[in-house]
Amino acid sequence: MVDRVNADLLAAPAQLLPAREQMALTLMFHIVFVPFGIALPTMMLIANYKGLKRNDTVALTLARRWSHAAGLTFAVGAASGTVLSFEMGLLWPGLTGRFGEVFGLPFAIEGVLFFLEAILVAIYIYGWRRLKPWTHFWLGLPIPFVAIGGAFSIISANAWMNMPAGFTIDANGQVTNVDPIAAIFNDALPYEFAHFLVAAYMAAAFTVASIYVVGWLKGRRDRYHRLGILIPLTIATVLVPVQFVVGDLTAVAVFKDQPAKFAAMEVVTESGTHQPEVLFGRYDSATNTVVGGVSIPGLNSWLAGGSVDTYVPGLDQVPPENRPSNVTIVHWAFDIMVGIGTLLMLLSLWFGIAYWRKRDVPDNRVFLWFAASAGVLTYIAVEAGWIVTEVGRQPWIVYNIMRTEEAVTNTDAGTLWISFSLIALLYLTLAIGTITVLRAMSRRWRQSDQTDDDLAVYGPRPAVADSEVTP
Amino acid sequence: MNTAIAVAGVMMLALTLYACTGIADYGAGFWDLTAGGRDRGRLPRSLIDNAVTPVWEANHVWLIYVLVVCWTGFGSTFASVMSTLYIPLALALLGIVLRAAGFAMSKDAARARMRHLAGWLFGIGSFLTPFCLGTAVGAVLTGRIPVGNAAGDEITSWLNPSSILVGLLTVAIGAYVSAVYLLAEAHRHGTAALHGYFRLRARAAGVAGLLLGIGVLIALYADERQMADRVVQRGWPLLLLSLALLAGSFWLATGVRVWLMRLVAAGGIAALVWAWAVAQYPYLLPFSLTVQDGAADPATLRWLLIWFVAALVLVVPALTLLFWLDQRGELGEDPATSRPEPVEPEPVETETIR
Repeated sequence: MVDRVNADLLAAPAQLLPAREQMALTLMFHIVFVPFGIALPTMMLIANYKGLKRNDTVALTLARRWSHAAGLTFAVGAASGTVLSFEMGLLWPGLTGRFGEVFGLPFAIEGVLFFLEAILVAIYIYGWRRLKPWTHFWLGLPIPFVAIGGAFSIISANAWMNMPAGFTIDANGQVTNVDPIAAIFNDALPYEFAHFLVAAYMAAAFTVASIYVVGWLKGRRDRYHRLGILIPLTIATVLVPVQFVVGDLTAVAVFKDQPAKFAAMEVVTESGTHQPEVLFGRYDSATNTVVGGVSIPGLNSWLAGGSVDTYVPGLDQVPPENRPSNVTIVHWAFDIMVGIGTLLMLLSLWFGIAYWRKRDVPDNRVFLWFAASAGVLTYIAVEAGWIVTEVGRQPWIVYNIMRTEEAVTNTDAGTLWISFSLIALLYLTLAIGTITVLRAMSRRWRQSDQTDDDLAVYGPRPAVADSEVTP
Repeated sequence: MNTAIAVAGVMMLALTLYACTGIADYGAGFWDLTAGGRDRGRLPRSLIDNAVTPVWEANHVWLIYVLVVCWTGFGSTFASVMSTLYIPLALALLGIVLRAAGFAMSKDAARARMRHLAGWLFGIGSFLTPFCLGTAVGAVLTGRIPVGNAAGDEITSWLNPSSILVGLLTVAIGAYVSAVYLLAEAHRHGTAALHGYFRLRARAAGVAGLLLGIGVLIALYADERQMADRVVQRGWPLLLLSLALLAGSFWLATGVRVWLMRLVAAGGIAALVWAWAVAQYPYLLPFSLTVQDGAADPATLRWLLIWFVAALVLVVPALTLLFWLDQRGELGEDPATSRPEPVEPEPVETETIR
């Protein structure tokens, strides 16, 4: 068996590794900007609504600043999204060439929705000065829905790779009977989309809250920071329990739909009932065993089917060449995601109870440090979840139908390594640039709060005192 | 009408719009790059910045749309082109990211040095991207892309006289059409000082484009005679139209007829793009794959067309609203969140977005 695994690895074309590395890097970079594109517009509209309803200038200040930041992240996301659409052909011509007609339609849908979002975002960002307040708000209102539509399309295409539908392969190996609508509404779509949408809102909300918590910890305890914490943290607190349920349903669905992925996630080596839940540990592919890790008896069977008697197929039932290429990574990523989810559940409970009792940001150092790190933690969970989905599907690019090495480009591996290095360098610069600019923005705004400029929102209305904004 | 040809038409339409808008944005970047030192270039750079910043994302979307329609409607063509032309397309992509990053950052970068760097990134991307995309068009036009996964030559498919000349022509097209747009912008903003500046550049780039276009034809004759004949025999009315519109824009530039001038210049570019399409028809990849043979399943093509109509219903009103609000002067930078201009060059207004 050992020889067989090695032979398989050697058989993989040399360009597969750099192509996968480049795809992983660019996707993991792009995914950082997705939650901001989806959820930041919602938060800015909530602040905008609050500001208009209560004539609250602090809320309006938050709204216009969040919209400005959304403009920047939207632009960088547009660039990194373009990279991905090129890579569908540059790296995976076997996939788009053969199956483009089946799963391509949602990308066309997303392209148009992105266009619509770009137009609406431009109107919203450039409309603060002169549009009538409520007109401005109503023109911005479609943005989150259009963004959700875009995310739906992309997740649909990814879900199709996990649960391909909407076509048949005839005796000659040709793709026929294409039904692009059946491909869009594939079996994995409901849980993958729900799980990602809630995750995206959590990531953006916890990140925005984290930023203001850091300011709060530095002693900027004004209403501006209070609102900046309370609006996103409330959203996140409501969503964490939802995600617990959705995440559990997703895991159970993966158990049914993709047993090999589930076995890798939970590092189930031998099939059977009474499967233990193994935390971390290291998988040895040569012997199909786990070294180290903490084992909780029966829990895995119970989670998968509600009883310790649930039969869970293990990796021993998957032919070695069809096992996920790196079980340890999938398993660790899954454990990290679930672990962070559990921590965030505690944070949400803490915040929920504290807010219910005192109606304010909890004044506890441990809570504040915890909340300040929640943004980064959620992002680690999002990335880990993405690794579970993608690495867990390997060696398939289209589950059980097309192997990743069949889809990869025949471009010379050396060329791919060069382009991978260039892109890594470019993205590093881009990441540093984005962070620098966002920090410069926040510094500039803090200075303008101190000088208290009297640029009232929505044109020449009598300026309401912004004194609350000043620390 | 046949659905495969209709989808190919939609793709060409999006490509035409990209040539008239997205490629023009790169042209603006070319003028930004060549505007000279920091003091001398301040006025034109400020105009370029104000003209392009609000619209580049929307203009850029056409390219993404072309890509996704291509891989959905004509998957094997997409796979063949992208894999054989890995190098120029990866370089074009590099330029796109550099350019987008430059735009996203330059507005809010606090330090002058960083803004300067962003300007450089924007400028380099502005040459690299249209050139590489042009060489890719040249590779398709000269029949150097066989069907298959990286089946063509990775280097000579795009590094040959015809393809290089098409690449340079694409750069010239962008430079020309953007100079015309910028002349119109200068007029709209009452920046009289820049009238002569961009008029000269529009004419220079127009002449350069004309010479490069002739160069492409000559190279094509030597290189791929069959395609050269098709370009001339089928495309001559469009080529003549393009030439007439080029001359027309030269003439209109004298009196600066803002709207007409822009339309005539864009029309000239559109005629050129369609001359290419007509010459190639019915081939997606000359002379090995036709539109019919390379097309997706009819169900997919039908849905692409349905979605195209739906997209028009969604996007056209939104775009109209954007332009209507803009023309009424309802849109502008939010001074409370934007970085104030260090030394505001007084003639250029930031109040309108275009």
